[in-house]
Amino acid sequence: MEVLAILIPVSLFLGLMGLVAFVWSLRKGMYDDPEGDSQRILDPRYDDKPKPVERDD
Amino acid sequence: MTIASMRPSACPACDAAPAAEALAGRAPLPDARLLLSVPGVHCAGCISKIERNLTDMEGVNSARLNLTLKRLSVDARAGLEAKDIVARLDRLGYEAHEMDAGTISMTETEKQGRDLLMRVGVSGFAMMNVMLLSVAVWAGAEGATRDMLHLISAMIAIPTVAFAGQPFFRNAWRALRAGRMDMDGPISVAILLTLFISLYESLLSGAHAYFEAVVMLIFFLLVGRYLDFRARAVARSAAQELAALEVPRATRLNDGQESVVSVADLVVGDFVLVRPGGRVPVDGVIALGQSEIDRSLLTGETLPVFAEKGHVVSAGEVNLTGPLQVRVTAAGKDSSLHRMADLVANAESARMRYTTIAERAAAAYAPTIPLLALGAFIVWMYLSGGDLRLSLNIAVASLIITCPCALGLAVPAVVTSASGKLFRKGLLIKDGTALERLAEVDTVIFDKTGTLTMGTPVPTNLEQHPADDMRVALALAAASSHPLAVALARALTERGVQPAPVDDITEQPGYGIEGFWQGQRVRLGRAGWVGADARAMTAAYLGIGDRTRTFTFADQLRPGAAEVVQALQAQGKAVRLMSGDVPGAVADLAQRLGIDHWQAEALPQDKAAAIADLHARGHKVLMVGDGLNDTVALSTAHVSISPASALDAARAASDMVLLGRDLSPVADALRLSKTAMQRIRENLWQSGIYNIIFVPIALLGFATPLWAAFVMSVSSITVTLNALRLK
Repeated sequence: MEVLAILIPVSLFLGLMGLVAFVWSLRKGMYDDPEGDSQRILDPRYDDKPKPVERDD
Repeated sequence: MTIASMRPSACPACDAAPAAEALAGRAPLPDARLLLSVPGVHCAGCISKIERNLTDMEGVNSARLNLTLKRLSVDARAGLEAKDIVARLDRLGYEAHEMDAGTISMTETEKQGRDLLMRVGVSGFAMMNVMLLSVAVWAGAEGATRDMLHLISAMIAIPTVAFAGQPFFRNAWRALRAGRMDMDGPISVAILLTLFISLYESLLSGAHAYFEAVVMLIFFLLVGRYLDFRARAVARSAAQELAALEVPRATRLNDGQESVVSVADLVVGDFVLVRPGGRVPVDGVIALGQSEIDRSLLTGETLPVFAEKGHVVSAGEVNLTGPLQVRVTAAGKDSSLHRMADLVANAESARMRYTTIAERAAAAYAPTIPLLALGAFIVWMYLSGGDLRLSLNIAVASLIITCPCALGLAVPAVVTSASGKLFRKGLLIKDGTALERLAEVDTVIFDKTGTLTMGTPVPTNLEQHPADDMRVALALAAASSHPLAVALARALTERGVQPAPVDDITEQPGYGIEGFWQGQRVRLGRAGWVGADARAMTAAYLGIGDRTRTFTFADQLRPGAAEVVQALQAQGKAVRLMSGDVPGAVADLAQRLGIDHWQAEALPQDKAAAIADLHARGHKVLMVGDGLNDTVALSTAHVSISPASALDAARAASDMVLLGRDLSPVADALRLSKTAMQRIRENLWQSGIYNIIFVPIALLGFATPLWAAFVMSVSSITVTLNALRLK
C-alpha cells in the first residue's frame, strides 16, 4: 500500500496538468473554429515559416 | 434541462421601424469589426482565397474566416462598409450577407460560451480523477485506505462543485427569490446535500461516499447546458441595440433651406425632400416632383409605380428616379410603418407563451425529486426507529439517482444535432423552440416576391432584338438606377454587348431615359412616353426615331422553389401562396409551381388575418416571407422562415433564416424536425425508464455509489447516441 503515497500524487498531478493544458487551449481560442482549423492545415501559405503572430482576442 | 428556458428577447417591432426608415446618409462609423455570413464556404481553398483577397483590399486591417460558423470577421478602418465587402465577395464568387447588428454583440456571447466550456472542462477533469480514486474503493479498499481515498476525493470534489456548480446555484437562487420552482432548485439541493452527507460519512469512516456521482452529475448537466447554450446563441437578435444605433433622419425643407432632422421631430404639414435612391421617411402627399416609387417591401408589388404631385406615399417606400418633395400627413407613431411595428409586437407577445416539451417534462419532474427523497427519509426514519444517518443516506441515494442527468441531455443533444445538420444545409435556427414548433406544422404559406422568386426582374426576349438596338438600349439603361434599367444593363453586358455612342443622355424622372444617337432621338422608358403600345406584362420600351422595341421582363424563380413546393406537397402539407402583387403575376406563378390556393393583393393585415384564421381552425402555419409586408405574418405564424436577403425587420421577426439562395432546405427542415421530435420523445422515455427501474432500488436502500455512477453514465451515453442517430 506504500505505493499509493507515490501513485496518488502522481495521478493528481497528471490530472492537474491536463486541466492546465485545457484551460490554456481554451483561452487561446482553439475551440472557436474546429472545422476551419482542420482545413487550414491544407493551406500551403505557411509551410516554410509560421504565420506572423496576431493578437486577436 | 434549462427549465426556465427564456427565449432570446426578440423584439422585431423595435427594429421594424428604423430598418425601414434607415435613410441614405448614415453617419460614418469608426473603426469597426464587420461580421458577414458567407454560407458558401466549405474548404481550405475558400479560406485562403477570401482572406488573402480581403487583406489586399483598401480599408481592411485583417480578415478571418470561421468555417464552423461560416462567418467572416473583418477588422475594417473607418469608412469601409459591409456592402463593399459583400460586393467584393460577390466578384470572388461567394454569396455574403451582412449579419444582424445583434450578432455584433457576439463577443459577449462568446465569453459566456467559453465560461461554460471552462466549467465543463474543470468538472470533466475532476470527474476523471475522482473516478480513478473511487474505482479503488469499489475494488475493495477498506479501513484507513478507503477513508483516505474518500477524503482526497472530497478535496477534489468540493472546489470543483464550488466552481463548476455556480450556474445551477445562481439560477436556483434567482428562481427562489422570484418565488418560482425550476429544475435548478432540486439539482442544487441534490448536489449540496449529497456533497455534505458524503463528507460527513467520510469523516466518520462510512462505507458510502457519492463524490464521483456529484461531480459526474455536474459534468453531464453542464454538457447539456453548453449544447443548449450553443444552439440558442448562434443567432440572437438584439433588436433594441439596432434601434438605438440607427437614428432615422429626414431632410426637412424650410423656405427652400434643407436641414437634416430626426424623423421623430417632424410634424404634420412639414415638407421633406426624398432624393432618388432614398426611402420615404413618413406618410405624406407628393407636393412637387415626378418619380417612380418602389413599393415592393411594403406591398410585394414587383413593378415600380409612377408618382407625381398629389399622389400618396407611405413610409418605407423607395424613391427611384427623381427628387420628391413630400408634405407630411402622418409622422412617428401615427405612420403606417409604426402601426405595423405595433402589430408585430402584439403577435410576438402572443407567441412567447409557447411551452416546450422540455419545460413540460421538467414541470412534471422538478417537484418529484425532492418529494421522493423527503418521503424516503421520513419512511426510513419511521422504519429504522430514528436512525438519522441511515435515513439520510437513503434519501441522498435516491436524490442522486433520480437527478435528471439524462433528462438534461435528452433535448439539447437532439436539438444540437438537428440544428447542426440544418446549418450545413444552409438554414440557421434562431430560436431554441423553433424546431419543435416546426414539427407541428401542417400548412405552409409562401410570399411571392423575394421569397419564391428572387425579386429581381430578368429580361426574357433579348434574342429577338437586333444588335444595334441592344447597343442603344445598353447605353441608355446604364444611365439609370431604375430596377428594370439596371437589370437590362446587366443582362446586356453579360451578353457581351458594347454600348452605342449615345449623346446628351438625360433621365426624365417617372418616364425614362432619353438621348441622341446618329442624329435621332432615342428613348427607353414607359410605353406612352416612348410612343409604343403598352403590353400587359412587365416591359421597358425602346424608341429609336419612329421605331419601337419592347423588352419584356420576368421575375426569376428562386432556385429550389419548384422542388420545395413539390416536396412539401409530397409530405402532405397544404401549400399556399399569398402576395401583395397583382393577380396576374401571382396566378401565373401559382400555376407554374402547382399551388392551388393563392391570394393576390393581400395587405400585411390580410396575411396575418389569414394565418390567425387558419390557427383558429386548428392548423399550424409555417410562414416563409421576406418583406416588410410579411413581418406581421411572420410573427403571427406558428413558426417562420425568411431568406438572408430579407429586410432586417423580417429576419428579426422570423425563427429561422435561410443562409443561401436555395429554398430547398425548407422541406428538409420540416422532415428533420419531425424526426428530431421523435428522438426527443424517445430520449425522454429512455431517461424515465431508467428512473422507474432504479428509484425503487434506491428507496429500498440497496443503492451504492457504484450503482449511481453506472446508471448516470449509461443513461447519459445512450441518450446522446440516440441523438446522433438523427439523419
